[in-house]
Amino acid sequence: MELLVASAIGVLTAAGIYMILRLRSFPVVVGMSLLSYAVNVFLFATGRLVINQPPILRDGVTSYTDPIPQALVLTAIVISFGMTAVVVMLALGAFIEASNDRIDLDGEEDGQ
Amino acid sequence: MMDHWIIAPVVIPAMLAPLIVLWMRYDLVTQRVASILGMSVLLVLAIVLMVSASMGPPEVYRLGNWEPPYGIVLVLDRLSALMLLLTSILGLVIVLYAIGSGWDKRGWHFHSLMQFQMMGINGAFLTGDAFNLFVFFEVLLIASYGLMIHGGGRARLKSGVQYVVYNLAGSTLFLFALGTIYAVAGTLNMADLAVKVAQMPADQSALIKVGAALLMLVFAVKAALVPFQFWLPATYTNAPGPVAALFAIMTKVGVYAIVRVYTLIFPITGTTGTLAHDILLPAAMVTLVIGMVGILGARSLGRVVAYSVIGSVGTMMLAFAQFTQGATSAGLYYMVHSTLVAAALFLIADLVRERRGRWGLALTDAPKIAQHGLIAALFFAGAIAMAGMPPLSGFLGKLMILDATRGQWGLWAVVLITSLIAIVGFGRAGSQVFWRSYAVEAEEDERPQPSKDASSPALAFTATGILLAGSVALTVLAGPASTWLQATSAQLFTPVQYTDAVLAGAEARAQEAARIGAHDHGHMEVIEEMRSEDGHATDGTATDGHTTDTQTETGHDAPAATH
Repeated sequence: MELLVASAIGVLTAAGIYMILRLRSFPVVVGMSLLSYAVNVFLFATGRLVINQPPILRDGVTSYTDPIPQALVLTAIVISFGMTAVVVMLALGAFIEASNDRIDLDGEEDGQ
Repeated sequence: MMDHWIIAPVVIPAMLAPLIVLWMRYDLVTQRVASILGMSVLLVLAIVLMVSASMGPPEVYRLGNWEPPYGIVLVLDRLSALMLLLTSILGLVIVLYAIGSGWDKRGWHFHSLMQFQMMGINGAFLTGDAFNLFVFFEVLLIASYGLMIHGGGRARLKSGVQYVVYNLAGSTLFLFALGTIYAVAGTLNMADLAVKVAQMPADQSALIKVGAALLMLVFAVKAALVPFQFWLPATYTNAPGPVAALFAIMTKVGVYAIVRVYTLIFPITGTTGTLAHDILLPAAMVTLVIGMVGILGARSLGRVVAYSVIGSVGTMMLAFAQFTQGATSAGLYYMVHSTLVAAALFLIADLVRERRGRWGLALTDAPKIAQHGLIAALFFAGAIAMAGMPPLSGFLGKLMILDATRGQWGLWAVVLITSLIAIVGFGRAGSQVFWRSYAVEAEEDERPQPSKDASSPALAFTATGILLAGSVALTVLAGPASTWLQATSAQLFTPVQYTDAVLAGAEARAQEAARIGAHDHGHMEVIEEMRSEDGHATDGTATDGHTTDTQTETGHDAPAATH
């Protein structure tokens, strides 16, 4: 299971980084989502991987899974979801204004 | 009672911003009044907190009265108080400028976004929890995305996309870093981290070093250190003038985080050793050179100022990278100075852009602008301060940094030569914009006109003047200021003050709480838990020695919550 999770994080990150280095805004947005999936899985795994364990402290239960990474992941999911929405809206706005979806700036836009 | 004021710099803007959006939506005048009032309250509050922080050890605010390291804490020490004050001065001045120049009516929600921005920045300076720092980074970034594209337009939206994507990638990296650190240390409370990391055996420090280095990369993105400075010039040039001025404090959030984390959690004497110093020093040198050469090579006034921000970040990081008390206090002085002056220069660039019409900020021949002499004089003062020439605060700041790094001739050479380059660069830009205009004869109908939006140019000039006056005040009061900053730096280099303020006394408070709320079963469990945790810590058991039954691996400390 460790191998599976670790390689999933690795593949997602690699694909995400490849995508955000693309020139068009759509692949960049997709790449950002892939990266945030990767980091969410990574955060989840930081509490160590265990199966079928309760995350809540209770009398008589001797083994737990760590609840904090789950709370962190929830926060991170919400934030990355919101951020993806923001970047989609921004990219759409830029697409409409500039009538192309290139992510780089030409000389005039660059303030030259 | 005093304790509760610590959270006020976060709560007040957080309450005011939705009020402005929901209640004053269609009335710009009310919005302006509310915004100025809010900023003034923040300023007063920052002064009060600064006085309070100067008098004693760091003060702690425990949200929901959860005992650290379980809950989130806000910590007010001298450094965070200083940053709060700087932020609130900048916030007030920028709101005044935005009103005076009419920027706030060129799009929706300028004032509420400003309040959200203040909330995020203040929170980032106050928080004592690493994950909470991430959350406040996101708050300030979301607000800054809105402010960045305020007013719209092709160039602004496109560079806005770049800015957002760059920072989202940075945030992802931040999460990776926090995950790594949590996996090793089992806590994200900064004081608790400091204690746990210090107890880590040196031969098992590989993973925490990875975490520390990742965190450094994240903060380097925020602070625009080489090789992460690419987002800055286009963003700052295309952002609305007042917003670019506000962004002068945003790079300092990254700088603050570096100073905080690498004096408290990963000190140079600790487990991770000279890691931070080794990364920062060369990065700062290259940043300084690129910034100052950028000033010389820029083809627009906006870019000149943006590159001077990069250069000033490089200068102050040279000081902070020494990780000595003297150099840090010099770096803090330079940071205060460069924030004020960079903001002033962005406002001056905006004054020029507003009046120059179709020529914009390009360093080309253009006719004379309205209020030519006054703006030229302001630019002259700002450029002198930024380049580090006497008599303004930039000179003193650089002098202090050079004094604190005596003996490092390479560093001296870099600072002095780049200062010369900056002077030439500013001279070139200033003479092109202000002096060459005498040679250009414009047609009467082509003469640049001040923007029609400006409701009160006098207010805009006053706002710019306040920032430059801040630089003058910093020069005149250099003695008291540097004494205060030396004490701040001394506090930073005795991190035990910080950790004690956060962690000490937890047991006594827990017993008190247990006495009061003995019937509350849920609380009792938590308190019991904390007692056993404290027991482990005080009876000298190495934190990584006790293995709990949940741990699937040995050699790591159990995550705090599983005890």
